[in-house]
Amino acid sequence: MMYRSLFPRDVLSELDRLQREMQQGLHLSPSIRGIARGGFPAMNVGGTAKSVEIYAFAPGIDPATLDVQIEKSVLTVAGERRLEPPGEKATVHIDERFAGRFRRVVTLPDDIDPNAVEAKYRDGVLRITIARKADAQPRRITIQ
Amino acid sequence: MSENTAVSKPDTRDDAALLPPVDVIEDASGITLYADLAGVPKDKLHLHVEGDALTIEGDVDLEIPAGMESNHAEVSLARYRRVFTLSKELDSSKVGAEFKNGVLKLSIPKAEHAQPRKVQVKVL
Repeated sequence: MMYRSLFPRDVLSELDRLQREMQQGLHLSPSIRGIARGGFPAMNVGGTAKSVEIYAFAPGIDPATLDVQIEKSVLTVAGERRLEPPGEKATVHIDERFAGRFRRVVTLPDDIDPNAVEAKYRDGVLRITIARKADAQPRRITIQ
Repeated sequence: MSENTAVSKPDTRDDAALLPPVDVIEDASGITLYADLAGVPKDKLHLHVEGDALTIEGDVDLEIPAGMESNHAEVSLARYRRVFTLSKELDSSKVGAEFKNGVLKLSIPKAEHAQPRKVQVKVL
């Protein structure tokens, strides 16, 4: 099941995003696994000189059921989101929240250290921090 | 209960917010609303009822390391907001709220006079 458009926003910021995406699309060739929008959980990816940071917005999940794997610089986040079923005589007026199994895959840069991974779940956000290999970090070279 | 799209205040750019996905379920006792507000800590969740408008607002607070550059962002605003119009039979003074792991559960009971009553049908 596809997750309905993640978090629709007001028209102006939506146009803004469209413009940004078109610019990016013209300059960058997309990754082979693509950057799928509209999947669950929504993901933000960023990086510092020392680490790669992944934020997965997966509210209402028991962290013990989350499955995070790294294999050859491909990160997979999988799990299942179970929602309380409505009572027998209840009427569902709005049904937008994602339910069911999910799996998202992210390609990581080459310089990460797959043994130095940390994952935390707080306020419904899974944060995965992967350290970059020490020898890949920029070093200052002293001039003699 | 219906969703209010006509916000009275004009939305400025700084005011842009994400629309959190919700489930709204009604049974005999009232309405239960679930909203996904991932990344919002308890102290940054704001709920208010003004007249018949219920506003859910929350600010996202992620631990972001210094100097992080974003490569890809699907959640690109740090605020959620959604406004609902409550109908008259709901008792807005008795709204119950639970917030756990980024999921808000609101229970809005029906006012006593609006509780469903069974109407006896007499067969003549």
